[in-house]
Amino acid sequence: MLEIRWHSRAGQGAVTGAKGLADVISTTGKHVQAFAFYGSAKRGAAMTAYNRVDDKMIMNHEKYMEPDYVFVIDPALVYTSDVTINHKDTTKYIITTHMTTDELIASQPKLEGKEVYTVDCIQIAQDTIGRPIPNTPMLGAFMKVSGMYDIEFFKESMQRILAKLPQKIIDANMIAIQRAYDEVK
Amino acid sequence: MAFDKMELRDIEVWDGNFAAAQAMRQCQIDVVAAYPITPSTPIVEGYAKFLADGYVEGEFVMVESEHAAMSGCIGAAAAGGRVATATSSQGFALMVETLYQASGMRLPIVLNVVNRALAAPLNVNGDHSDMYLGRDSGWIQFDAYCPQDAYDLNFIAFRVAEDHDVRLPAMVHQDGFMTSHTAQGVHTMDDDTAYSFVGDFKPMNDMLDFEHPVTHGVQTEEDWHFEHKARQHNDLMTKVFPKIEAAFDDFEKLTGRRYNLVEKYDLDDADVAVVCMGTSVETAREVAKEMREKGIKAGVLGLRVIRPFPFFQIQEALKDVKAIAALDRSSPNGAPGMLFNELAGCLFNTDTKAMLSGYVYGLGGRDLTKKHLTDLYTELQANVDAGKITTPLQQFIGVRGPKLAFL
Repeated sequence: MLEIRWHSRAGQGAVTGAKGLADVISTTGKHVQAFAFYGSAKRGAAMTAYNRVDDKMIMNHEKYMEPDYVFVIDPALVYTSDVTINHKDTTKYIITTHMTTDELIASQPKLEGKEVYTVDCIQIAQDTIGRPIPNTPMLGAFMKVSGMYDIEFFKESMQRILAKLPQKIIDANMIAIQRAYDEVK
Repeated sequence: MAFDKMELRDIEVWDGNFAAAQAMRQCQIDVVAAYPITPSTPIVEGYAKFLADGYVEGEFVMVESEHAAMSGCIGAAAAGGRVATATSSQGFALMVETLYQASGMRLPIVLNVVNRALAAPLNVNGDHSDMYLGRDSGWIQFDAYCPQDAYDLNFIAFRVAEDHDVRLPAMVHQDGFMTSHTAQGVHTMDDDTAYSFVGDFKPMNDMLDFEHPVTHGVQTEEDWHFEHKARQHNDLMTKVFPKIEAAFDDFEKLTGRRYNLVEKYDLDDADVAVVCMGTSVETAREVAKEMREKGIKAGVLGLRVIRPFPFFQIQEALKDVKAIAALDRSSPNGAPGMLFNELAGCLFNTDTKAMLSGYVYGLGGRDLTKKHLTDLYTELQANVDAGKITTPLQQFIGVRGPKLAFL
């Protein structure tokens, strides 16, 4: 079982990202689950979304999770939420920030000794898509860190999932995914 | 017919709401009268979009309340059409008056209920309070544990409800957020296969058949009221199960997916068993499996059909179990709990010496964790070992503060 927790603000696309990732993984024959805690879901409020992936049917519906990966797609949540809650020794973190990994860890001591990767998904999304929607770049970074799928296969799959959007936006997302893949450290 | 077909992949990643909306599209519903409410909103929103995009030939009626939504459904069903809607929580509560009208008038409406807590305090998350509120309303109640079930049970609900020997409305329940907003793989049917399972709507006593005028919604006082209610109850008790089982059989032939009135998991040789509904059934199965690895013979009984209540099937399923936990996800407000009471009623006249304890859990969406269930099974095993119930009869799982227990 692979488990992922997303830290996001409502409106940044964590739910869409989690469902998109689930959709891609499902096409490879694995079982998936994607869900979120909404609360009263005000735009900008901190929220979490979740993915489970397994070779077997996923029966577990508990919301409690000790994640293998933590994605943080809003830079400030590292300071205002506990992104390390319910962690394991092996939990890997991919965090959106303009800082280097060392600078980030120095600014948030809770991350010390943890396997932390950084990438500026917000800037990448601004540059490519023209809006600070950091969900698809985070998935590009995840493909690099996890080595889950070949990036070309992943981009092809995401094109199908984003098919409802205008072609220009789809193309911009592909560039964003590739940039995050290349830039995550 | 003047609508487009939709290409679906064999497995789509859908949440429970979208799965239900897709099922409603494939059933080609004539009329949906709806007043959206969280967390069920995407069901009727999805149907409305399919309609607007030309995938359904039907009518979407926007109304000013859930009372009006069900009233609109009743009117359309009496006129003679395939009718469905969706609601949750407060909306369901506002519908209650009309729910009794629908069942009393023998109108085969399908209502998707995305289970949510009832205020006060206001809460949008999932528990079974609304589902429990509907249990005396004369509707058939199906319970989904995951998005796949929410999809499949919609077809089964239409097939059973519209059968001329049944003609009773049916609810398809799914857990708010835990199913309705959780995306999982759903095995789909293509449009033709799906529609063939429910078939064309066959009207009965329809008001638009002017050659055969009928009256709906009459008044009967003490001269006839009881006979109507008794016959309605008789049909619910005697005619519905065979039709549901036939629908389950046909559905298995069509899709390979098997449903049962009660869903048994590892119960044949179980010493301890949890009885529950909704997503908890699946989580409990996973924990029961882990308990077996620790040497505790654990099983799970899930209710697939809540009304009519599968009285004898439950008796049979639990006959050799030594300790049973009834898990109620609704505050009984002054009683032991619906499932506790119903199970006690089932088991009382049998030879079982099983110990029955009740648990209230998960109100307002509070998480039921695997740890909770592990502790619960361990408690049940302790009862078996001691030969008596070692805990209070009614306990609360997962509530903060001092442990609450009554009875």
